[in-house]
Amino acid sequence: MKLALFGGLYSNYLSLEAAISEVNARGADAVYCLGDLGGFGPYPDRVFPRLRDCNIACVQGNYDNSIGNELDDCQCGYTDPRDNHFAQISYDYTLSHSSEDNKAWLRNLPKEIRVKVDGLNVLLCHGSPRRTNEFLWESATSTAFLDRLCLEHDADVIAGTHSGIHWQHKLMNGRRYVNVGVLGRPENDGQSCVWCVMLRTGVDADPGADVCDGSNAAVPISVDFLMIEYDYLQLAAEMRAESLPEEFVETVLSGWWTTCLEILPSRERRTGRY
Amino acid sequence: MISPGISIFPSIGLRALDELWFQVAGTICNLTCNHCFISCSPQNHSFEFLLFDEVEVALLDSVGHGVREYYFTGGEPFLNKDLRRMLKRTLDFGPATVLTNGTVLKPEWLEELYAAEQAGRFSLEFRVSIDGPSAKINDPIRGTGTFVKAIQGVRLLCEAGFLPIITMTQTWDDSENARIMKDFGLVLKKHGCHRPRLKILPRLKIGAEENRAEGYKETERITPEMMLEFDRDQLLCHHSRVVTSRGIYVCPILLESPDARMGDSLADSLDPFTMRHGACYTCYQYGAICTNSTMRPAEPRSES
Repeated sequence: MKLALFGGLYSNYLSLEAAISEVNARGADAVYCLGDLGGFGPYPDRVFPRLRDCNIACVQGNYDNSIGNELDDCQCGYTDPRDNHFAQISYDYTLSHSSEDNKAWLRNLPKEIRVKVDGLNVLLCHGSPRRTNEFLWESATSTAFLDRLCLEHDADVIAGTHSGIHWQHKLMNGRRYVNVGVLGRPENDGQSCVWCVMLRTGVDADPGADVCDGSNAAVPISVDFLMIEYDYLQLAAEMRAESLPEEFVETVLSGWWTTCLEILPSRERRTGRY
Repeated sequence: MISPGISIFPSIGLRALDELWFQVAGTICNLTCNHCFISCSPQNHSFEFLLFDEVEVALLDSVGHGVREYYFTGGEPFLNKDLRRMLKRTLDFGPATVLTNGTVLKPEWLEELYAAEQAGRFSLEFRVSIDGPSAKINDPIRGTGTFVKAIQGVRLLCEAGFLPIITMTQTWDDSENARIMKDFGLVLKKHGCHRPRLKILPRLKIGAEENRAEGYKETERITPEMMLEFDRDQLLCHHSRVVTSRGIYVCPILLESPDARMGDSLADSLDPFTMRHGACYTCYQYGAICTNSTMRPAEPRSES
């Protein structure tokens, strides 16, 4: 089986379109979105038709929960005043530009999706299986902790997004944690591209791929991180047309995060410019 | 201080052991800050240094609990001569954070630790306590000359490649917070810290702080009603325990409270804790202030 997994759209309908084309070209059997459809980018309603047309099942992210329930903020929980300032601009814009139908749709999304793939229990969530807005960073999450999540939540593969940077870690008995990255903005690496994942299992995995023998018989797993190129210049132009902060535009153009940096562990932050 | 005014206090279970703390320097510190919630000083041996082997045993034990990250505190952790060895060992297990006053750091120690961090997957964080952007604000609290020394420590950390988090205990009015943050950002940049990470922490009105300013009022307690629909993840006792020279404690703040001792080993320290202290009220108000929290204060509502 080939499962395409992406998250953190942040209203970036241009990268969503590019990602759908890419995973379709690679023969995805199913496509899932792990939440946070809005925020950051322009015209939040534009991602919804494409998700519906392609029957892409979605997990509810913290942003989706906030917009769907018309809460006061995005629930990222920043403590830095500057981060909160920009997060609120983004949130207020997204809330005021989201249709009532789309809010209702977001409100009713599930907090997790479970998929049985070649006998593997695949758990799709937004932040972590236990908490939608929990950040799981590569440098700040022990292997023992991820093992515990897999056992407590009866999962062979846990896939999440939320933190904005893709990574994976191999766990006991071949289980796997995969952060699929985000489609909505670059990864704070100086590149304009964004990322998603193709999870290949069973006969679709690479020859000699690591085998998971967690819940069932041994099943090989391959994880491909897909670099998605899209028309970021158009996105930047549309963000400016909507008077979104120039700090956001700079991120799209430069690939460096300019806001919401407080949540980063030092190791992830050191790789960035700011 | 335990309040006599409220007879029933809420109890909180350990959801999971996410963070394991090491009171690695006990209550021994080179400074005698007059707001210290456990009254650390060069003479306070209520809690002694942890030994490397004690840390090693707890690290091995922690794997079975699925511990996510590790914290090292005191006193001043760097007074423990085994700290660097402990940290390097810890980085085999997960991310580590050191809470330091920044005044005793040496460049060669930090170079050694940076190399250890770079050799593995996990972050090594430093939280440096400096109580304001100037000696005028900091030194009356932490001691004469400590601002200059601590800023020098921050410079050394940055030069070694780290991005320290500066934590300030708030001894000023809320209205001053924005200015303090701005001023401190400028000061740090001037001293080689170009990406300042600043946090303002509330005062904990126990220990030395109770004598300096004031203690908790009897009404400053968590009641059972306050816990209804409260996000328990915001409380450290819901997901942490502390290894000390005198056993396992519920949190690093309540070391002077006998009821905060939970057991001899991690395995027998997992019982619920009764939140009867004024300091519990501060955690309730401000969240798990001691940690680099990854569980943010706002939990999404359940599906409608």
